[in-house]
Amino acid sequence: MKLDLRKLLLPVVTACALMASSSLVQAETVFHRGNGTEPETINPHKSTGVTEANIEADLFEGLTSYGVNGELIPGAAESWEISDDGLVYTFKLRQNAKWSNGDPVTAADFVFGLQDAVNPATAADYAPILDVIVNAAAIRNEEEKDLSKLGVAALDDHTLQITLATPTPYFLGLLRHNISYPVHKATVEKFGDDWTKPGNMVSNGAYMLSEWTPQASLTYVKNPHYWGAADVKVDKVVMYPTEDLAEELKSFKAGELHVTYDVPSEQIPSLEKEYPDEFKNTPYLGTYYYVINLTREPLGAQPDLRKALSLAVNREILTEKITQGGEAPAYSWVPPMTDYTQAFVSFKDMPQADRTAMAKELLAKHGYGPDNPLKIELLYNTSENHKKIAVAVQSMWKQIGVEATLRNEEWKVYLETRDGKQFDVARAAWIADYDDPSNFLDMFLSNAGERNDAGYNNKTYDELFQKTTVETDPATRMKLFNEMEQAFLNDDPMIPIYHYTSQHMVSKKVAGWEYNILDFHLARYISITE
Amino acid sequence: MLNYFIRRLLGAIPTLFTIIAVSFMLVHAAPGGPFDKERKVPASVEAKLIEKYHLDEPLPQQFARYIGDLMQGDFGPSFKYPDRSVSELIAAGFPTSLLLGSCAISLALLLGVFLGIWAALRQNSWIDYLCVGSAMLGIAIPNYVFAPLMTLVFGLLLGWLPVNGWGEPRHMVLPILALAIPQVAAITRLTRASMLEVLGSNFVRTARAKGLPEAVTLTRHAIRAAMLPVVSYLGPAVAYVVTGSVIIEEIFRIPGIGRYFVLGAINRDYTMVLGVTVVFGALIILCNLIADLCYGLLDPKVRYD
Repeated sequence: MKLDLRKLLLPVVTACALMASSSLVQAETVFHRGNGTEPETINPHKSTGVTEANIEADLFEGLTSYGVNGELIPGAAESWEISDDGLVYTFKLRQNAKWSNGDPVTAADFVFGLQDAVNPATAADYAPILDVIVNAAAIRNEEEKDLSKLGVAALDDHTLQITLATPTPYFLGLLRHNISYPVHKATVEKFGDDWTKPGNMVSNGAYMLSEWTPQASLTYVKNPHYWGAADVKVDKVVMYPTEDLAEELKSFKAGELHVTYDVPSEQIPSLEKEYPDEFKNTPYLGTYYYVINLTREPLGAQPDLRKALSLAVNREILTEKITQGGEAPAYSWVPPMTDYTQAFVSFKDMPQADRTAMAKELLAKHGYGPDNPLKIELLYNTSENHKKIAVAVQSMWKQIGVEATLRNEEWKVYLETRDGKQFDVARAAWIADYDDPSNFLDMFLSNAGERNDAGYNNKTYDELFQKTTVETDPATRMKLFNEMEQAFLNDDPMIPIYHYTSQHMVSKKVAGWEYNILDFHLARYISITE
Repeated sequence: MLNYFIRRLLGAIPTLFTIIAVSFMLVHAAPGGPFDKERKVPASVEAKLIEKYHLDEPLPQQFARYIGDLMQGDFGPSFKYPDRSVSELIAAGFPTSLLLGSCAISLALLLGVFLGIWAALRQNSWIDYLCVGSAMLGIAIPNYVFAPLMTLVFGLLLGWLPVNGWGEPRHMVLPILALAIPQVAAITRLTRASMLEVLGSNFVRTARAKGLPEAVTLTRHAIRAAMLPVVSYLGPAVAYVVTGSVIIEEIFRIPGIGRYFVLGAINRDYTMVLGVTVVFGALIILCNLIADLCYGLLDPKVRYD
C-alpha cells in the first residue's frame, strides 16, 4: 500500500491553519453597564431621564457632543460660526456623517429633528429648553401652526443655520441634549410611534439598537457607518436596568458588570477601603434642598424665621453622619458649575454653635422660643433616606424652639401637594440638564408657574434674569447670575442641604471612563481589556 | 362536570368585570396622575397628553372605552412606557412569570408534600421536629432576606451561579428556590396537619382493620384524602407565586410582570395597573376553578351538579 503523505497531512495542516486564523480574529468586546431603571422611551425627543439619556447619547449624535471629560466638542457638525450679535449659528456638517442604514446625515435631518422636538404633536417635556430658537415657543404653544417658521434652515445638504430669538451663550450645550438629536425622517414616517423598536430604529450615533427586552436588558452594537467608527473599540454594549443597588453591586463584584449605575450609600465607607481604584465618587450638578412656601404664614411673611430655620440645619452633620455618600454640604442653590462662582452665604464659615445662637435670637425677636415654639410641617416623599434627613433636621430645629411635624406622602401625592403649595417646608431636589446656572435660577422666576415651588416673587431677580438673556459677554453673564443667586439666598426661600455626587463602581478592565461633571460617559471612548 | 365547568366560566365574567370596575375606580381615585413629575410638564404638553389618552373625558365614558378596547384584546397604551403598549409588555413578561412561578410551585409541591407526609408518619420523632422546625423557619424568613443571602453565598462567595440576570437555565436556580421556599414551608405544614388528621380517621382505621398493607392504605386512602386542603391552598398559591414575585423579580432582574403591578400603581400608569389586574384576576379565577375540579378527583364525596 502506497502511503500518500500529502493526504495524511492535509487535515493536520488545515486544522493548524484554522487554529491560527481563529486566534487572529479578535473576540467581540462587550461592555456590560448597569443603567438604573428600565428606560421609559428611547425616543430622544420624548425621554426625560438620565437612564434614557445615557442610551440615547450612544445611539444618536447632536450637532455638538460630549468629549471624554464632558467638554463640548463637535458632533455631527465639524465646525460652526456665530454671528456678532450672537443670534445666528451656521453649522458645517461632516461630509462623512451617516445614519446606521448608510444614508448621509444632512442639514435637512436636523431641520426635521428640531421641528419634531418642538412640534406640539410630539408633546415633548423638554421642548421649552429650545424656546431660544426663533418661533419655537410659538409653535410649541400652537400659536404658530407652520413648522417651517421655526428658525432652523438647511442652506444646503451640509450647511445648517439656526436663528435665535435671544443670544444664548449656552446654546451649543443645548445642541447635545437629547431633545436636539436628529431623527431619521423616513423611519419615523414609516413606523410612527414604533420607530424606536429594534429592527426599525435608524440612528446616527456610534451605536445602533439591536435588542431590547423590557426589564432585562437593552443591547446596541457598533454602527459601521458612523463617521468615527474606526476609533470605536467596544463592539457591543449591554445596558441593564439595575434597580436594586445592593444586587447591582454584587453583580459587579462577581464580574458580571463593568460599571454600576450607583452604589448603596451605606456601603460607601467599606467600598472606599476595599475598592479604592474601582470606587468613583465625583461632584455632580445637583442640589438637595428644603423649599419654603412663601405663600403661607408665618414663614412667608417673616424672612427672619426662614433664616433661623436655615441657620439651625447642620449640613456637615447631615452629610457626614446621615447621608454618608460623600455629598458636599450646600449653602447655595446653584451647584459648583463651570466658570460660575457660587453666591456667598454669610454664615457658611460660622461654627454651628454660633449659628444656633443666632437662630435662637432671630426666633426670639418674633416671640418664638422654647415656651412658645414655632410650629411648622415638613413634607417629604416616602423614602428611607428622606426620612432619615427629615428626622435629623427635626431634632436640629427642636434645639432652637421649632416644633416640626413630619408628613410623608407617596411620590405622586407628594408632587400634587407640593405643586398645590399645601406645605410649610418641603424636600426637593434638582439635577441640571446642562452646565449653566440658568438651569437652576429660572425655576424661581415669578412667571415660572408650578416649577416655582416656593412661590418666590422678586422683581430684581426677574430683571436680572432678563439681563442675562441678552448679555453676550460670558463673564458678565456669570456675574449677573451670581447677583441673582445672592438676591435669592438673601431672601431665604429655601434651605440648600447638599450638592449631589455621582458614584460608580468602574472595573479596572475599563479604560476611557473619565470624570466629568455631567456624568456622561459615551461608549465610543470606552475600551476593555480582559 | 362539563356543565359545572361552563357554569363556572360564565360566573367568572361578572367577577372579572367587578374586579376591573373597582380597580378602575381605585386607580383613578388615587391623588396625582401619570404626568406629574419632578420636572413639571409644560401645561400645553400636559393638555396634549391628556387629550391623547382621553383623560379629559368623564370617567364613565373612559371606562366604557376601556372595556370596549379590552373586548378586542387591547389593553391600551402604557403611560409610563410610550414606546410600547400594555399588551406588548404583558405578552413579553407573562411567559417569564408563568415559567418561574410554575417551576417554583412544582418544586414546592413535590418537596412540601414529601416532607409533610414524612413528618406525619414519624410524628414526634426528630424527623418531625426537623421538618416542622425548618418549615417554621421558611415561613418566618421573608423572601427579601433570603434572596439576597442566596445571591451573596451562591453568586458571590462560592461563584457557582450568576448573581442575577435572565436567559439561561442557570439563571433560574436561585429565583426558583427563593420563590419556592416559603411555599415548601406552607405546604409541609398543611400536609402534615391534614395527614395526621386523616391517619386518625375512621376510614383509615377501617382500611387497616381489613388488613390492607400499610403502603396501600397510605397511597390509596390516606394521602389522597390528605391532599384536599393542599389543593385548595394551591389554587390561590399558584396565582400568588406567578404574580407576587415583585421582590424576586427586582432582586434577580427577571423580566416578568410582577413588577409592572407595583410600578404601575406608583406611576399612576392606569392602563398598566388595570392590564396586570385583569391578567392576575383571570389567573386567580382559573386556578381556583382547576383546584375545585381536582377536588372531585380526590374526594369521592364531591359531586358537580
